[in-house]
Amino acid sequence: MTSAIVAENVSKSFGDVEALKGLELDVPQGAFFVLLGPSGAGKTTTLRVIAGLEKPDTGTVHLDGIDATGATPAERDLSMVFQSYALYPKKTAFENIASPLRARKMGKAEIDERVGRVAGLLHIEELMNRYPAQMSGGQMQRVALGRALVREPRAFLMDEPLTNLDLKLRVEMRTELTRIHRSLGATFLYVTNDQVEAMSMADQVAVLRSGTVQQVGTPTEIYDNPANRWVATFVGSPRMNLLRCRANGRLEGEGWSLPNPGFGIHGDRPALFGVRSEDLSLEVREESAALDGTVYAVEPLGDRTLVDVEVGDQRIVIKAPPTTSLQIGEKVRAAVDLDRVHLFDADTESAIARK
Amino acid sequence: MAQVLVQRLHKQFPDGTVAVEELDLEIGDGELFVMLGPSGCGKTTTLRCIAGLEEETSGQIVIGDEVVSGLKPSQRDIAMVFQFYALYPHLSVRDNMAFPLRAAKMPENEVTERVNEAARMLQLEQYLTRKPSKLSGGEQQRVALGRAMVRHPKAFLMDEPLTNLDAELRADMRAELKHVQQRLNSTMVYVTHDQVEAMALGDRIAIMNKGNLEQLGAPMEVYNRPATLFAARFIGSPPMNLVEAEVSNGHLTAAGGLQIAAPEGLKRGDKVIAGVRPERFTVSAEGEGARGRVVSREALGDETIYVVETEAGLLNVRMPPTARFAEEQIVSVRHVGAPPPAYDPQSEQVISK
Repeated sequence: MTSAIVAENVSKSFGDVEALKGLELDVPQGAFFVLLGPSGAGKTTTLRVIAGLEKPDTGTVHLDGIDATGATPAERDLSMVFQSYALYPKKTAFENIASPLRARKMGKAEIDERVGRVAGLLHIEELMNRYPAQMSGGQMQRVALGRALVREPRAFLMDEPLTNLDLKLRVEMRTELTRIHRSLGATFLYVTNDQVEAMSMADQVAVLRSGTVQQVGTPTEIYDNPANRWVATFVGSPRMNLLRCRANGRLEGEGWSLPNPGFGIHGDRPALFGVRSEDLSLEVREESAALDGTVYAVEPLGDRTLVDVEVGDQRIVIKAPPTTSLQIGEKVRAAVDLDRVHLFDADTESAIARK
Repeated sequence: MAQVLVQRLHKQFPDGTVAVEELDLEIGDGELFVMLGPSGCGKTTTLRCIAGLEEETSGQIVIGDEVVSGLKPSQRDIAMVFQFYALYPHLSVRDNMAFPLRAAKMPENEVTERVNEAARMLQLEQYLTRKPSKLSGGEQQRVALGRAMVRHPKAFLMDEPLTNLDAELRADMRAELKHVQQRLNSTMVYVTHDQVEAMALGDRIAIMNKGNLEQLGAPMEVYNRPATLFAARFIGSPPMNLVEAEVSNGHLTAAGGLQIAAPEGLKRGDKVIAGVRPERFTVSAEGEGARGRVVSREALGDETIYVVETEAGLLNVRMPPTARFAEEQIVSVRHVGAPPPAYDPQSEQVISK
């Protein structure tokens, strides 16, 4: 099937600032596709280029296989949803949702039918006669979404639509959006800097940094097999532990040494050893591969205890059971799950594959 | 360092608002004591009364062996740390740390001695000639602490010092602060509205609500057995499940046949609210337990949080990342592990043993 949205080699500068550098994206039909990155990564610029609100300096945008690089926003038939609700304050929810259809001079019967369908999908039938001032933030967000949905566009582009909501409402709206996506079967391209949002909602995630795509994959692929050091530490909390080492037959750092579990390396190379806090354990069996260190701080969080440990002159965090009791300065051994460790080249910072 | 006593502290503002009501706290010498609560609970007012920035309406503050009520902040020998990044960028680490002593016109040889001592304790000796911009976040925080330490205060008072930092840096700073406090065995009174920070840092946590103490205890005590429904809702994320249940046949039974192990101290027929942490429920595709429908899943990488709609209400369940349930899927929810605390629905106090 033809991809819904394809961006090829897209670059865009604003003055001296290169916002996008040869960006490549391929969004399949019907995907919930999330662009994840910190602020300044180029997420919003990407969305605006795809929407036709910015003209790229180089590169092309294809929609459903058709070159849309020169098309106007209206011709592209995409629907944008932003952070701010931007509802008409003097119109009811019904009229707000109906406004894009009225602009197209659609007949009354069809407008009623379409708005009714969207209201049903969003569970906001009872709000239809209310004005924005009479609604909560979550209700306004739903109405804004309804206005985007009612057009039945080619695809939806969403720019951090949940950012301004409080935590409880965000979690609720996340669920709501995935449900809506499932029932519409439409293509969603969704921008966020919140990795939990990306992990929870996406079929596929593209991790963006400094105007280039670092990695594309399912949330699990990105968490379990980050393509480089940057992705490894951007996704996941606590962030992945990294220790400097030299990699050969073994991985050897200052004050520690582990067997090389099969990373394909030649010669003796400087590298970064990566391991997530949940893949370390203070329950060490005799045969376990382990790191030796000294307890730096112990942080009980209730459902788990984070143990900060000094290994040589560096620090790692271990996720331990809530019953853990250790004193600062105590010597500990941390068993390492060698099936789940990572190695990054010290210079290129790319992940080194296993043989 | 010294103990800090808050005795029958009462603070009423001129507009009539009672910010703190007859509060008693005993903060031990060398303790990291956290005051936790929502805005308006009285935690900051209490701290400001300890510091001498507010005058108490009644009651008194004791620092060490001395009643300090009526003394100016500068006469109380305490160090307030509001924000960790307020270092002078153009001064070296040594000059930053020496600044409060020079301002107090201390002789230079004594200044040098005090700064060297603080630098040794905080492992900052090799950074003394550097500018703050050449230091990591953790090192800058140690310098800020060092600047407070050189005055040899009896206690450190901290008001949400990590609030404005991004999440990663905040986690680093937390560990750093806890490490330094334990090494120096310093008395710290720390105010926050962030329950994760309170749990991670505190030797003890005082949970405050509307000027009163809701609960005082070690982090795991407060987590495992919140004394009131307020404390139960405030500590833990996602929050504790509060499930209406009745005692029958040695179980707590909730709507939809949800069975929860019964704690001691209840009798048959009691109607209670059981406080079940999300990790004390488990979801399975089928099998025993209460039927429910998955309404949301939140994948955090190392764990996944499910919200399941059951007859007993919406339940938060913490599962390992290997669990894979889809939204809308019909599942079974079961209680696992130790009996939860149980609360009286009227008094909202814990009643189980």
